Amino acid sequence: MAWLGEVMDPEVPVVSVLDLGLVRDVEWLASAKSGSNQPALRVTVTPTYSACPATEVIAQSIRSTLQAHGIAQVEVRTQLSPAWTTDWMSEKGREALRTYGIAPPVLRASDADTTQATSDSQVIDISALLRPRAVVPCPQCASPKTRLLSQFGSTACKALYQCSDCLEPFDYFKPH
Amino acid sequence: MNPKIEYSKFDYLLRLGDNCLVLSQQLSDWCGHGPALEEDLALTNVALDLLGQARLWLSYAGEVEGRGRDEDALAYGRDGADFRNLLLVEQPNGHYGNTVARQFFFDVWHQQLLAGLGQSCDPRIAEIAQKAVKEVRYHVERSAHLMVALGDGTELSRSRMQAAVNKLWPYTNEGFESDAVDAQCAEQGLVPAAASLAASWHASVAAVLNRATLEMPSFTGHQRGGRQGVHSEHLGHLLTPLQFVQRTYPGSQW
Repeated sequence: MAWLGEVMDPEVPVVSVLDLGLVRDVEWLASAKSGSNQPALRVTVTPTYSACPATEVIAQSIRSTLQAHGIAQVEVRTQLSPAWTTDWMSEKGREALRTYGIAPPVLRASDADTTQATSDSQVIDISALLRPRAVVPCPQCASPKTRLLSQFGSTACKALYQCSDCLEPFDYFKPH
Repeated sequence: MNPKIEYSKFDYLLRLGDNCLVLSQQLSDWCGHGPALEEDLALTNVALDLLGQARLWLSYAGEVEGRGRDEDALAYGRDGADFRNLLLVEQPNGHYGNTVARQFFFDVWHQQLLAGLGQSCDPRIAEIAQKAVKEVRYHVERSAHLMVALGDGTELSRSRMQAAVNKLWPYTNEGFESDAVDAQCAEQGLVPAAASLAASWHASVAAVLNRATLEMPSFTGHQRGGRQGVHSEHLGHLLTPLQFVQRTYPGSQW
C-alpha cells in the first residue's frame, strides 16, 4: 500500500493516487489462478471522470511502480461504483494541491449539488443555482477575493479562477 | 433472459450511447471556434465527458448483444438508420444560442434519466448512471447559467435565445415518449418509465426560462423517430467525418 504512495497523478504530479482517493482495494490473488508460483496482486481503482485521459496512464504507472518493487504480476482493475468523489481526497493531498498552486475543493460534493431531490424526481433549484458561489481562497496569497474565469480549466476536474488581490490566475479542483 | 427482452436492453443501451456519442461529436465541432476561449474549453470538456459515457454504454451494449461488436465497431461501423439517438442531439450547432439551448434541454432530460437509471435492477446500468450523473449535474449548472445570461442579456441575445428555444422545442418531447423497447425495459425495472421524466423536466425548464425572461413555447407539433432509426438529414453529415477513417481503413489502429 505504501508503495502506491509513490504513484503520482500524471496531471498533478504532487498528489499520489492514494491521496486522491483513487485506490479502493489491494489484494493478493491465489497463485494457482495466475499460473505461476508467484502470487499476483490486484489493485482496484476508481476513475475520476468517465473520460479522464489520465486513467490509462495511472494504471500503467501503478503496474510499473509495483513491478519495480519486485511484484511481477500486477492486475489493475477499474471499478465504477461507488463513484469517485473529491470527498475521498486526503488532507495531505489537499495541502499538496494548495502548495502546488491549485485550490482544493472548498465544498463537500453533496453540498455543491444544485438540484434538490423532491420525492422521486429532481427539479433544478433555481435559487441555489443563482446564489453567489462559494468562496475559493487564492492558493498563492490566501485572499478570499477571487473570481471564476471559466467553469472548466486545463482538465475536466478543474475550473479557472483569478485572485483579485495578487491577480494570479489559478486552477480550482472542483467538488465532484 | 428472454431473447426479446435481451434485444430491447441492447437497443436501449444503444439509445443511451448514441445520444452521448452524437452530441459529443457535435460539440467537438466548436473546438477552436468557440465565441470565447472559456466557452471553447467548456464545450470540449463537456464533449469529453459525453464521449467517456458513450464508451461505457456502447461497450456494455456490445456485451449484451453478444456478437463480438465492441464500442468501436458500434460507433464506427453502423449506418445512420442503425443509430438510436434523439432527434434533438443531431440538430445543427447553428449559432451559439442554438448550441446552448440544445444543450440545456438535453442536460436537464439527461440528468433526470440518469438519476432514474441509477436505481436500475441491472447493476452495470446503475453504476454507469451513478458515475455519469455527477458529470451531468455540472453540465446542467453550466447550461442553465448560460440560458439566464444570454436570455436575460441584451435585446439581441434575448431574441436569438428565444428563436433557438422555439426552433428546438418540437424536438424536446421525444425523450418522454414510450415505444415497445422502453415499455419492456421499464417493466423489467431496468430503466425508469419515459413519461415519468416529463413533469420534473417541465418544472426545471419553466423555472430557468422564466428567470431568463424567455417564453415557453406552447405549440405541440412534436417530432419523433430518432430512437427508431428514422433520422433527419443532419445525422449523415455528422457521421461522415466521425466514421471516415475506420470506413476507409477498416480496423486501423493508432
